[in-house]
Amino acid sequence: MNQSGPYVVRPGPEAFLPPAAASMGNALPDPGQAHINGRIVPEEEAFEEAARMFLGGTVPTIFPGPLVLWAWNEKAKKKAKAIKFLYDTLKECAPQDAKPMLIPMPDYRPKYPKINPEVEINPNHPNLTIWHNKIDVCMFVGVHCHQANLSLKIIRGGTTCYTIAMCAQAGHEDACLSFRDASVEKIMHLAEWVKKLKGAVPFGALKKHVAALESKDRVGGTRN
Amino acid sequence: MSKEKIQICEEFFDIMPPEYQALVTNATWGKEGRGWKDVGVNKELIEQHSLCAGCPESMAFRYILASLPNPEDTVMVGSTGCTSLVFPHVGVHNIHSLFGNQNAIASGLKRALTLRFPGKVKDVVVLAGDGATVDIGLDYTLQSWFRQEMFTTICFDNELYANTGGQESGLMQKGFVAKMAPVGKKFDKVRLPEIAKESGCVYVVNCTVSKPSLVEKVIRNAVYIAREIGPTYIQLYTPCILEIGKNSMEGLQEMRDSEKPGERFAYKEFISDQAKAFLADLAEKEKAKKASAKEALAQA
Repeated sequence: MNQSGPYVVRPGPEAFLPPAAASMGNALPDPGQAHINGRIVPEEEAFEEAARMFLGGTVPTIFPGPLVLWAWNEKAKKKAKAIKFLYDTLKECAPQDAKPMLIPMPDYRPKYPKINPEVEINPNHPNLTIWHNKIDVCMFVGVHCHQANLSLKIIRGGTTCYTIAMCAQAGHEDACLSFRDASVEKIMHLAEWVKKLKGAVPFGALKKHVAALESKDRVGGTRN
Repeated sequence: MSKEKIQICEEFFDIMPPEYQALVTNATWGKEGRGWKDVGVNKELIEQHSLCAGCPESMAFRYILASLPNPEDTVMVGSTGCTSLVFPHVGVHNIHSLFGNQNAIASGLKRALTLRFPGKVKDVVVLAGDGATVDIGLDYTLQSWFRQEMFTTICFDNELYANTGGQESGLMQKGFVAKMAPVGKKFDKVRLPEIAKESGCVYVVNCTVSKPSLVEKVIRNAVYIAREIGPTYIQLYTPCILEIGKNSMEGLQEMRDSEKPGERFAYKEFISDQAKAFLADLAEKEKAKKASAKEALAQA
């Protein structure tokens, strides 16, 4: 497998200001590809990995952003349907003790003095929602890239959450796993993979996976 | 355009926070005759704010938002100050400019909107404090009036720099001693309403926000006139209760005291002949519309 950069993007907490993965040499995938922890892979491999992460998490969560929450056009409405289908599939296929969630990011305003972390996520302090709900794996979908980058870095900086980006553009280096050119078909395909792996991933497997990543870092020294 | 433009995807309606659900079901956007009476009922008119308790600026903000005639096609331009703490809560497009250059941003924005959306009404409203309007941004403010840029400038005049601790501003009254200006102001309050008139504003008002119906009328007039005739300027007294040593519940009385005859915020209005004729024409059309609606109702 080709290593696109020297930097392994894995769950944090990493630092108050984690580096942008791009500045560490990580590149974005080309069409038909995705990345897992910064490593460029064929898209199909990423679908399987994302489904495994979702099923291995205790609180797998989808964060739909403004591009899919609001009915801007027919495409947005179709994507919303697909995301809801993915969520329903996740609820159906996740291990019994897992608690899948669907939490909206309605807009990007810095909502001071407070947000309600039970019902929403804000890109300026996404860690609050993740901490409050003990989310260990999440997927961003329908979030404008600049806000997703900001959020993904904050999440990596201060939480233990594994991040997946279902990006409609070129993908996100700062997610632990990123797709590009997200479409209704790709979201549905991910749902298929979740269905396919139902029962194959033990509850809480994500934790072990992250621990393995960390031990690999210690051996290879690729993290910092 | 109206609130029909912003709908939540069916699948996600139930998971959206209540203020967004209210925004698409209850908002006053597109509602005929919206006004200050909608405050307190509609969440988009700043249900919660992040200003100090009892701050008159929060009242002013709410009345202005409720009075905008075309909120869904309005862009507000703000500047650094207490107002920038509220803009994130506002359900109207807004841009935060650098301290002082709000009228320059608004000039470009208004021109761009006119080019991009020909034949469509797009309003631009500047809302900034006295520091941004009169001190640091005075050049930009005046230049936009000289150029006859077609937008409304609203100044929240609290007569000092409030959120940095109470420094002297140009609009502070002579002799006033503030926490960070212990010597006392040595020169008179800058007479910006008069300067606005001389600089080309066709509608200028100086008042407080103690009377919501008056604020509503003034804001509507200013926006309508700026659309058709030329720049308009509204100076509203929004005292900083903390900096003048008042309690939370005393803001309203402070404004009432300051608008008595002969006081510095006694209602003052300048309107050009052209703007006056335009408003009269508008009122005539409104009257005719109401009469025909009444007639249609009687016939039905």
